[in-house]
Amino acid sequence: MTRVADVVVKVRSKNAGPFWLTIDVFCGDATAFERIVQGLSTDRVAAAFGAAPDVVKRFDIADLHVVKFSMPRPKIQGDILDRDMHGAGWAPLVAEMTLN
Amino acid sequence: MTRILIPSGALGLGYDQTALDRGIAAKPDLIAIDGGSTDSGPSYLGRGVSKYTRASTKTEWAGLIRAAQSAGCPLVIGTAGTCGTDSTVDWLVDITREILAEEGMTATIATLKSEQTTVGDITPLPGAPDVTADEIAACTHIVALAGAEQIQAALNTGADIIIAGRTTDTAIIAALPLQNGDDAGAAWHGAKIGECGALCATNPQSGVILVDFDAEGFTVTPLADGAHATPHTVSAHMLYENSDPFILHEPGGHLDVTAASYTALDETRVRVEGAKWVPASSYAVKLEGARVMGYQTIIMATIRDAHYVANVQKWCDDIAVKHSLKVADRLGDVAHTTELRIIGGSATLGDLENRQTTPHEVGVMGIVTAEDQDTARAIAMLLNPYLLHHPLTKTEEVPTFAFPFSPAETDRGPAYGFVLHHVMELDDPMQAFRLEVLS
Repeated sequence: MTRVADVVVKVRSKNAGPFWLTIDVFCGDATAFERIVQGLSTDRVAAAFGAAPDVVKRFDIADLHVVKFSMPRPKIQGDILDRDMHGAGWAPLVAEMTLN
Repeated sequence: MTRILIPSGALGLGYDQTALDRGIAAKPDLIAIDGGSTDSGPSYLGRGVSKYTRASTKTEWAGLIRAAQSAGCPLVIGTAGTCGTDSTVDWLVDITREILAEEGMTATIATLKSEQTTVGDITPLPGAPDVTADEIAACTHIVALAGAEQIQAALNTGADIIIAGRTTDTAIIAALPLQNGDDAGAAWHGAKIGECGALCATNPQSGVILVDFDAEGFTVTPLADGAHATPHTVSAHMLYENSDPFILHEPGGHLDVTAASYTALDETRVRVEGAKWVPASSYAVKLEGARVMGYQTIIMATIRDAHYVANVQKWCDDIAVKHSLKVADRLGDVAHTTELRIIGGSATLGDLENRQTTPHEVGVMGIVTAEDQDTARAIAMLLNPYLLHHPLTKTEEVPTFAFPFSPAETDRGPAYGFVLHHVMELDDPMQAFRLEVLS
């Protein structure tokens, strides 16, 4: 059971404005990048965030060894039910996912 | 050729004075700094106030005014006072006048105001919430994000210090290179790379960077000791707080960096070329608005008893039911949202949390939101006896949990929410903005 965090250097999540969340998976090298590209599907990431797969944007950026996911925030920033003003606390949801 | 000195990612974050002195010696054409962001949430825009203290802002701003006077170049701040409302522009003008008087300096100040009293036809952006006319009318502040054209108009007044309300993060940096005829793709791309200061380099806390723009591209030079820009640190900055790392929408068009190339000139500097500016057929500015969503009171208990820690979700569920009945009985049919947030359990992720472990202690934060403060406080006061004494079973001795405060309830005042994620089309870039040279 290899997890994303076991393979990559860092997973970062952050607001991209009040309405979007963006998650950057910094893989560190080409081997780890390939492992993430192959082993982490957009559908599974969407499911972890309760999002519809078709609203999740994915960028596999080989030059940077980065896989990036962006999606509407699970709650709008600052909403009465929002729990994380800066959106940084969602990263573990991806870091702790297992790889196929 | 245009040389822009950027002291840090935001006024209030501090900057390295030695590095700033190097920047002054490099004779910049402009010193540009961002004053704000939506990143700390809707309350600042909702109230029209700064996130940073007046004292901190004054100290750092005074240093930048002195820097601009030494360099003999204009100083520009965008999104003054965190949110860029008229009130925060006036706040920074007041601070500026105080600094000039105290230090015996003279300078011409121009202000660019971005606040909107009404909005015309607006178009939602992807991810925008549904918004009604009443919700827009209920906004305490609405601002439009100025672009390069409005900053250029401010620069063309010849003012020494330009204090702008809400602008895009990049506009204050891109405006002068664009006006000087440098490459438009490079102007916006270099502005995006530079807008967080040295965050695009190693030693990101050092703040100060220089960006040199020309007809083919731009060069990034971090100025602090031990700060190095590399092709990786610079290109990776396009990821930061961007939903799309290749496309950046600005008033009047968009930046496309898909074909950009990043080259190390030496151990410290990076050269970037190849970004494209794609003009749009119309000129639209983004809007931000905030309104009061309700008034909040919070109350917190901490639990160390192992039996209660292990059963805290059941304890909270039980309290929620009893409290809801008590509210209806004592206050009648009042609208409210009451949440018991388990700190040490699912406080950060809520329903998305997928791990279950038992810590040695937990906190339970009651968050009550209602239509007015008195109602929110009354509802929180009805939670108080449960959070203090609620037993898991009827048979056990009445427990008592830890309250960190007396009174246990804390009023948070109005809770604001972001309302708009829309653009508004303008016939003329200055249509929604007001430029004034102060005497």
